[in-house]
Amino acid sequence: MGKLNGKTAIVTGASRGIGAEIAKYLAKEGARVIVNYSGSQSKAEEVVKEIEAFGGEALAVQASVSDADSVTALISATMEHFGSIDILVNNAGITRDNLIMRMKENEWDDVINTNLKGVFLCTKAVTRQMMKQRAGRIVNIASIVGVSGNAGQANYVAAKAGVIGLTKTTAKELASRNINVNAIAPGFISTEMTADLPEEVKAQMLTQIPLAKLGNPEDVAKAVIFLASDDSNYITGQTLHVDGGMVM
Amino acid sequence: MTTVVERVTKVVVDRLGVDESEVKLEASFRDDLGADSLDVVELVMEFEDEFDMEISDEDAEKIGTVGDAVTYIESKQG
Ligand SMILES: NC(=O)c1ccc[n+]([C@@H]2O[C@H](COP(=O)([O-])OP(=O)(O)OC[C@H]3O[C@@H](n4cnc5c(N)ncnc54)[C@H](OP(=O)(O)O)[C@@H]3O)[C@@H](O)[C@H]2O)c1
Repeated sequence: MGKLNGKTAIVTGASRGIGAEIAKYLAKEGARVIVNYSGSQSKAEEVVKEIEAFGGEALAVQASVSDADSVTALISATMEHFGSIDILVNNAGITRDNLIMRMKENEWDDVINTNLKGVFLCTKAVTRQMMKQRAGRIVNIASIVGVSGNAGQANYVAAKAGVIGLTKTTAKELASRNINVNAIAPGFISTEMTADLPEEVKAQMLTQIPLAKLGNPEDVAKAVIFLASDDSNYITGQTLHVDGGMVM
Repeated sequence: MTTVVERVTKVVVDRLGVDESEVKLEASFRDDLGADSLDVVELVMEFEDEFDMEISDEDAEKIGTVGDAVTYIESKQG
């Protein structure tokens, strides 16, 4: 018996990287999963196939989290197919790194719109259903740099720090309706997002990590399962660092 | 045939756990019936379901009393 049997979960940005891993772990625990993607349809469908291969249930749905109409359609599709929304994982995210002095307005806007406004729009959209159900779990994927700051990522850090604040406020607003809202702040996780980094940057990063290794998407996925399941019933408004001890 | 007033009253009684006699037209959800802001949002959601209509956020903000809700719903039912 999985920990999430009979639950329905939406994972935004689940076509690749951490989101894909989260979707598979949720499905392994028995949840029916909406695998949301923005452009990578074939990758999202591969994730669905992998889930179906081990007997899970999933559906790929295109939607851009930064667009309100698109998010509304995502929620409608979920209700139509699965009839409830028990878990939302706000995972979709992008980077457009630059020094503040060089950062273009559109680089700022794109990251804020996807990484922060996207979380707001998806949260707002599922709240109605979760309030009716008198139950729900929202897990926001922030980042450790949203806690520590990071040169060259002003837009990304501002968005992720915003997500942590949004997490606390959503937790307070919805606590009386039995909806728990928490964030996860991953450190350096090996995905496409971090694959492009030069070797010397990676070596430098490792010196900052007490556990002296990069994390894997499954390290984040396991924390999501904890925060989405009954194991964390008495936890809300928190940010769980999954970072090998980088920031304490 | 139940009237709009009766149906609104039932929703309010069920949701807020108040006595039917308290649900007067001039009663304010927040000041008289003990609703918090989230309760009011939920009431509006339930009116939408009960009367099969959509109430925009702007319109919802104007619904403060039982009478406001009844008047609004009647005007939309035409
Ligand atoms: N990797 C790390 O070290 C690390 C560290 C801390 C935090 N994080 C956070 O973890 C999350 C996942 O990161 P990742 O490394 O797995 O990234 P990734 O491999 O680049 O994948 C990003 C995912 O987000 C989706 N996406 C992008 N824009 C979208 C939009 N507007 N609407 C819907 N989906 C959208 C992408 O969909 P398409 O494939 O369709 O484009 C893709 O599925 C992000 O929030 C990231 O900030 C990552």
